Amino acid sequence: MSSAKSVAHEAEHASEHVVGIGMYLAIFVSLMVLTAITTAVAYVDLGALNNVVMLGIAVLKATLVVLFFMHVRFNSRLTQMFALCGFVWILLLFAFTVGDVATRGILR
Amino acid sequence: MAELAAHAHHDVNVAHQFDDAEQQKESVTVGMWAFLVNEVMFFGGLFGLYIVYRFLHPTAFQHASHHLDVTLGTFNTAVLIGSSLTMALAVHAAQMSHNRFRQIFWVMATVVLGSVFLGVKVYEYYHKWVDHLIPGPNFHWPDAGEAHAVQIFYSLYFAMTGLHALHMIIGVGIMAWLMWAMWKGRFGPAYHNPVEVCGLYWHFVDIVWIFLFPLLYLIGRH
Repeated sequence: MSSAKSVAHEAEHASEHVVGIGMYLAIFVSLMVLTAITTAVAYVDLGALNNVVMLGIAVLKATLVVLFFMHVRFNSRLTQMFALCGFVWILLLFAFTVGDVATRGILR
Repeated sequence: MAELAAHAHHDVNVAHQFDDAEQQKESVTVGMWAFLVNEVMFFGGLFGLYIVYRFLHPTAFQHASHHLDVTLGTFNTAVLIGSSLTMALAVHAAQMSHNRFRQIFWVMATVVLGSVFLGVKVYEYYHKWVDHLIPGPNFHWPDAGEAHAVQIFYSLYFAMTGLHALHMIIGVGIMAWLMWAMWKGRFGPAYHNPVEVCGLYWHFVDIVWIFLFPLLYLIGRH
């Protein structure tokens, strides 16, 4: 086992951002609260807004996980670009799919 | 001469195709994200199918969703978020020290929570079997008019949660390998790329569930 001094020396060389335990706990509590909210809101009739709130909360939760648990907030621009690309392209797929199925029959 | 000297100081943790540890870490992270983007597309196809059929059969999907257990779904969501926290703490443990017991403890906690999730999933699947909600010859739905659409919902439910559960099972296997490597004392503040990358995989699987939970369990509850 290395001594504490050499471990600190190693850590300096790693030159990376280390997210603190406090931050992880804060993200965890936020995710739990958002889960409770999304389940509770599902029992309230908001009409079409139910889906908006539900998906908005899911996107917010996913963003917290990506930025902090997955460290993308502290990664290089290149990594951030890769992460963003995946979600942007899948949103394009969803946007055009919704554009089709949601407007069928309008012109009939 | 300079090259020779650099070689003499070569870090044992850095594979020789890389200039230094930082370049290696960057390559590993970007490579993992390239894989995860493919995974986003993989699951994305199923989410796309869900969107199409949800628009075509809105009420049948709501009625079908009613037969899923929200309490179990919420419980499992909490369990999976908890497992993401323990995974993040495993990465943190490797970043901070060579203490392999601390590293293994957090990975083990992640495996335990992942197993609880899978156990609950098996219980839910079993009840769908008992209630004749598994698509196929034994499928039964009281309202014959919407039985076809409900069967589509349950096909999507099993395909999406099944693919997700398969990722969890593979994840548990990856965690077993990780604990073995940790036991060998491979990770510490200077080198922990594999811990980080395994963590990225686990968090990704968590994100998939973050979307599956509301889309499958929570529609039309009010």
